[in-house]
Parts: sequence; C-alpha cells; structure tokens
Amino acid sequence: METFLNIEPGTWMFLVIGAVFSGYAILDGFDLGAGTVHLFLRKEQSRRIALNAIGPVWDGNEVWLVIGGGTLFAGFPKVYATLLSAFYIPFILFLLLLILRAIAIEFRSKEPMLWWRKLWDFVYSISSTLVGFTLGVVLGNIVRGIAIDDTMIFKGDLIDIFNPYALLTGITVVALFALHGSVYLVMKTEDKLSDRLADISKAASLFFTICYFILSLATLIYVPHAAEKFKEMPVLFAIPILTLLLIIYGRKLIDTKKYWWAFITSAALTSLLLVTIAIGLYPNLLLSSINESYSLTVANSAASSKSLGIVLSFVLIGAPLVLIYTVFLFRTFRGKVVLDDMSY
Amino acid sequence: MVFEGMYLRTRDKHYEQLTKFWIKIFALIFGIGVATGIVMEFEFGTNWAAYSRYVGDIFGSALAAEGVFAFALESSFLGVLLFGWNKVSPRVHFFSAVMVTLGSMFSAIWIVVANSWQQTPAGFKIVGEGLTVRAEITDFWAMVFNPSSLDRIIHVWIAAFLAGTFLVLSVHAYYIVKNRFVEQSKKAFGVILVIAAISALAQLFTGHSSASGVAKNQPAKLASFEGHYDSLAVADMYIFGWVNDTKQSVSGVKIPAGLTFLLYQNFTTPVKGLNAFNKNDRPSQVNFIFQTYHLMISIGMALIALTLFSLFLLWKGKLFTKRWLMIAFSFSVVLPQIANQVGWYSAEVGRQPWVVYGLLRTSDALSENVRAEQVMFSLILFTIVYLILFSLFIYLLNKKIQHGLYTAGDISDNPLPTKTLK
Repeated sequence: METFLNIEPGTWMFLVIGAVFSGYAILDGFDLGAGTVHLFLRKEQSRRIALNAIGPVWDGNEVWLVIGGGTLFAGFPKVYATLLSAFYIPFILFLLLLILRAIAIEFRSKEPMLWWRKLWDFVYSISSTLVGFTLGVVLGNIVRGIAIDDTMIFKGDLIDIFNPYALLTGITVVALFALHGSVYLVMKTEDKLSDRLADISKAASLFFTICYFILSLATLIYVPHAAEKFKEMPVLFAIPILTLLLIIYGRKLIDTKKYWWAFITSAALTSLLLVTIAIGLYPNLLLSSINESYSLTVANSAASSKSLGIVLSFVLIGAPLVLIYTVFLFRTFRGKVVLDDMSY
Repeated sequence: MVFEGMYLRTRDKHYEQLTKFWIKIFALIFGIGVATGIVMEFEFGTNWAAYSRYVGDIFGSALAAEGVFAFALESSFLGVLLFGWNKVSPRVHFFSAVMVTLGSMFSAIWIVVANSWQQTPAGFKIVGEGLTVRAEITDFWAMVFNPSSLDRIIHVWIAAFLAGTFLVLSVHAYYIVKNRFVEQSKKAFGVILVIAAISALAQLFTGHSSASGVAKNQPAKLASFEGHYDSLAVADMYIFGWVNDTKQSVSGVKIPAGLTFLLYQNFTTPVKGLNAFNKNDRPSQVNFIFQTYHLMISIGMALIALTLFSLFLLWKGKLFTKRWLMIAFSFSVVLPQIANQVGWYSAEVGRQPWVVYGLLRTSDALSENVRAEQVMFSLILFTIVYLILFSLFIYLLNKKIQHGLYTAGDISDNPLPTKTLK
C-alpha cells in the first residue's frame, strides 16, 4: 500500500489501533467502573438496577478488546508477541479476572440466597477493579519502557513489572474508570439512587484529580522521555491543559445534573489520557529500557505493507458497521433502567 | 432463532414460550463462551510468541477480521436479543436473532480459516532468515481459500448445528419423559429433529470431502487416522481397532481396502503410509489419533441412525410413545459434544510435529522468555477456574431446565432474594 495523505501505512495502523483501544477504554471503562463502585451501593434493588444498567452492553464493549487484540496482532505481530509474552503473568491474571467477572454478572441473580448474592457482588466488584488496574500497570510499563534485548525478547523479571510508577498508573486508571462508570450509572438511574451515585461520582472525580496530578509529576521527574515531545512542541501542552479543564468542567456538569454531558466529558478524558501517552510514545510502540535502539517501532515491527493494506481495508469497511451496531444497541437501551422478566 | 421465526409466523403462544426459554439457555452458554473465548485471542501472544512473530502477517488478519466482522455483530445484537424483548418490535427482535446467528457463523469462518491455514498453508512467501524468518502474505484470497478451509468450515458449522439441535432434543425428550410441557415439547422436538437429521446426513458428506482433502494435503495425518504404515499397500478401513506403533500393526475389525476405495473408488491404488515419512516429520501418537478419529466417525454414524429412525417413527405417529427412545434422547446431548472434541483432537494431534504444517515445528513456536513454571502456574490456575466454571454452568443449566418453560403468571426464574441487604 502506498502512503495516504502523506502518512505511511504503519502510522495509519498505529492510529487505528490507538483509536480501537481508546474506544475500548471508553466503553469497557464505564462498565468496569460501574463494577468498582458496585459495593458502595447498599440495597439489593440498587445493585440489581446498577447491574442491569450495563447488562445489555458490557459484552459488546468487550468486543473492542478483541478487535484491539486482533488488529495489534495483524498490524504489529512483533509487538503483540513481545508485549504479551513479556507481561505473561499479568495478562494471564487479566484474562482470568475477565472470566470471573463474566461469571459473577451471569450467576449473581440465579439464586436468592443472601450469601450467594453478596459473594458474586464481591467477585464482580473486585475483578472489575483489578481488570482496570492490570491494564493501567501494563500501560505504565509501556510509557516507562521494558527490558527488551536486541532480538526483541523480554529479559526482565516479574518484579520489574510491578514498579511504583506502573502501580501509580494502575491506580489512576481505576480512579478514571470509577469516575466514568459512576457518571454512567447516574445517567441510567432515578431518584435517591441517582443522588447517591452522584455523590460517589464526585468522590471519584476528586480521587482521579489527585491521581492525575501525582502521575503527571512522577512522569516529569522519573520518566522524562515521555514528556520530551511536549518540550519540543510546546503547543502540545494544550492537551494536558484541556484535560484539566475537562476535569473541572465535568465536575460542574455533575453539580448541575447535566449527566449526559458529564458522561461525554469523562469519555473524552479517557481518550485524552491515551492520546497523551500515544504522542509521547510515537514512533515507538515498545521502548527498550536496555538500549533505545532495541525498541520496537512502527518501522521495524509492522507487518508487510500488503498485510497492513488488508487489515486497514477491513477497518475501513468494518468500523462504520461496528459503529452502527453500537449506536443501535445504545439507542435501544437509552433512558433509565427498568427491570423486567429478562433482567439479571 | 427457528422458534422465534415460527412464533412470528404462527403467533402460537407455545413458540413464544419456547423462544424465551431457549434464549435464556443460549445466554448462559454465550456468557461462558465469551469469557473463555477472549482468552484465545491473547493466548497466541502470551504462550506462542515465536509463532506469533512468524505467522502474524497472515494469522493476524484472519483474527482481526473475526473481531471486526463477526464478533462485533454477534455481541451487539445479543444484547438486543436478551434484553430487548420489551424494547423493540417483534420484527426487530427476530432480526437481532438472525444477526446473532450470522455473527456466530462468520466467527466460525474466520477461526477455521486461521486454523486451516496452519493445516494447509497457502498464499504466502517466507522472508528473512535466522531469527527474523517469517511468513509474509502474498495473496489474501489464496490464504482464505486455502485447500482445506472450505471443507472444514462446513464441517465445523454442521458439527455446531448437531451440538445445538441435540441439546434441544435432549431437553424436550426429558420433558416428555417427565410428562411436563408435553405439548410444547412435541412441537419443538418435531421441528428440531428434521434439522438434526439433515445435519447428521450432511456431515457424512462433508466428513468424506474433508478426509479426501487430508489425503491430498496431509498424507501423514490420514495415514495416522487409519494406522496405515506401508506405502506400497492398499489401505484398509477399520470399524474399530488398536494401533501398535512399535510393531506397526493394527488389530481390529476392518473393511479390506476400504480407505483406498473411499479415496480412489477402486481396490488397487496404494495409499501413502506413515513409513514414507521421516520419524521426526510425522505424528508420534498414532493410536491416539486413530482412536479419536474413529470415535468421531462412530458417533456420527450413530447420530444418523438415531435421527432417521426417529423421523420414520414421527411419520408413523409413534415417536413420542416410545419411552425408551425418549430416555435415549435425553442423554444424547453428550454425543455430538464428544464427537466435536475428539474430532478436533485428531485434526490437531494429527498435524504434529508441526504447528504450521511443513513450515514451523510446534517446539519452535513457544514464547522464548516464558519459563516452564510460569506456564505450569497458568495451566493450573486455568484448570481450577474452568472446573469451577464448568460445575457452576452445569448446575445453573440444570436449574433452568428443571424450572422449565415460562407460563403465564410465572414470569421470571430469577428469584427475588429471601432477605434483602440493609
């Protein structure tokens, strides 16, 4: 495939994969976040409504993860292979947590016993939180760089993966999803439950703001290479400034009960965070902490241009279709949650 | 989907009840399927990093296509199917059911294409050398329509139809035996039995076509299916038997020259045997492949006999009075499940020692940096979680079946809690 708009196919692929993961973070982000705040709801009825608010959509949201995995595999097979085998244990745990979470959602409503429901509520909430946390830890390591040798093979240890910077990123992602998820739930509920969730979302907003500040500072001090691009092109500082404005504005929207717009704002926050990281990273995909020249870049790890062309044309045909299904799905279930005989 | 179509056409209350009941069962199965399916998408990278680098150019595009074109369709419309009963019109709901069906069938296409490429690679060239050697795509459609994919896609589809129809048949046979929901069950049984019989018969032809392809493209696998060693001899076909790999002989009941006849329609053409291959280039577990393959065939034949016999009785109007047959059907659900599992075993073990036939050995495909104890750790963890998952699944499935269809005044099987949280 030739260049299009003066941009190489590899870079298009980088943008597409970034967009898919961003879509995943926005969509699965709110249902994972709904899981994180689940235990803060006390009444059985509230928990049922909260669960049914994500009921019809969480499965469709996880599709974006599958598409992300597929496009990464197809576009940058070497990155896919090195990344997943380097984070072997975290990804195995991540997959098991996703399974546990799916079981918890499916099984919770099937028995009336109090202990049964409490057990699955607990599993659902903890696994949702840890899924977000694991993703954040991986993201933190991607920003920081991992020990890759000259044959693109990971030489580090499990302990290296759980470094303080990555843990901090993990917590930030959990905070962001909690904010995003609670705003979604406020939007889908009514009366007292809605008010209670609005309080939770304000707390989550505060928590995320603190995390974001600490993470930004830590990045400037400990991971200066991630901020280099911003120093070269100061105009890019518009992005973190926009992020800050959105945090403040989002909080104001919750106060004034404009929940739909608050949800859009937290979705925008989620994708801005990824945009910030992507800018810092490009043209690298996986930084080597051993030697910068061992890093996996768009140029040295992309699939053949023929293969990139095929996958990009899939995306060109497929993306509008997926968007249509998603809009159709969300339109069908717009409005407040009403429990019926097919509910969880 | 069939039930919902019938409901739309006839507006028969019974079909509505059947539809709602089977959607609930489907939801449970699908939930488990998604949870375990996502693992597959990532397992290539975690455990088979070298393989992923080698084949990513080709294999990746099939997986990406699966995600974009199939899984998205399936999962989105599933939400409508499960939760949209009161939200959308019956027509839109039925449309969603059709989309979920199509989505799963597309899904099977891409997954089987990816796997078939491992069996019979096509449409690629090898580039690079040493550590950076990898397969690069040259012709997308040649890759998709590689020599084995069409046969195998249809074979897998029908296998899935059989698994699905026999689940329905067994549940309704059970109801008839227990004298519950008899009217609805008889209607359901009749409709589904026809589909099951057609599928079982069709599977005979796709199986034959598939095996002929294996003979052409993967002769070592075919020879393992029948434990055939000597290359100069005509090949027999066994009904059942036991392979002794050291003595290179099979003891059992056979149709002389049966395999030769099925492949070449004569009794004289020799079939390439296992001895034509270097010991390192052919499967070592010949008896295992032989047994799994024959178990699959035997079950397939049993299903044909069972469905045709039942159709005959249905036509005579005597089917539902045969209590022993209904009891047999209650247990029949395990047959296609076993056949599907052993069929995959024989196909995959039969490909060994190759992960991509003739190109990449399984032993060269692993992740270089992942240590054996890490793999052990994940294997144990997955085994535990899957065992819990499986027992809970069976428990809940049984509970739903025991609960039965939904009749007026009994709208939900999700009981409200006896005690509520404070």
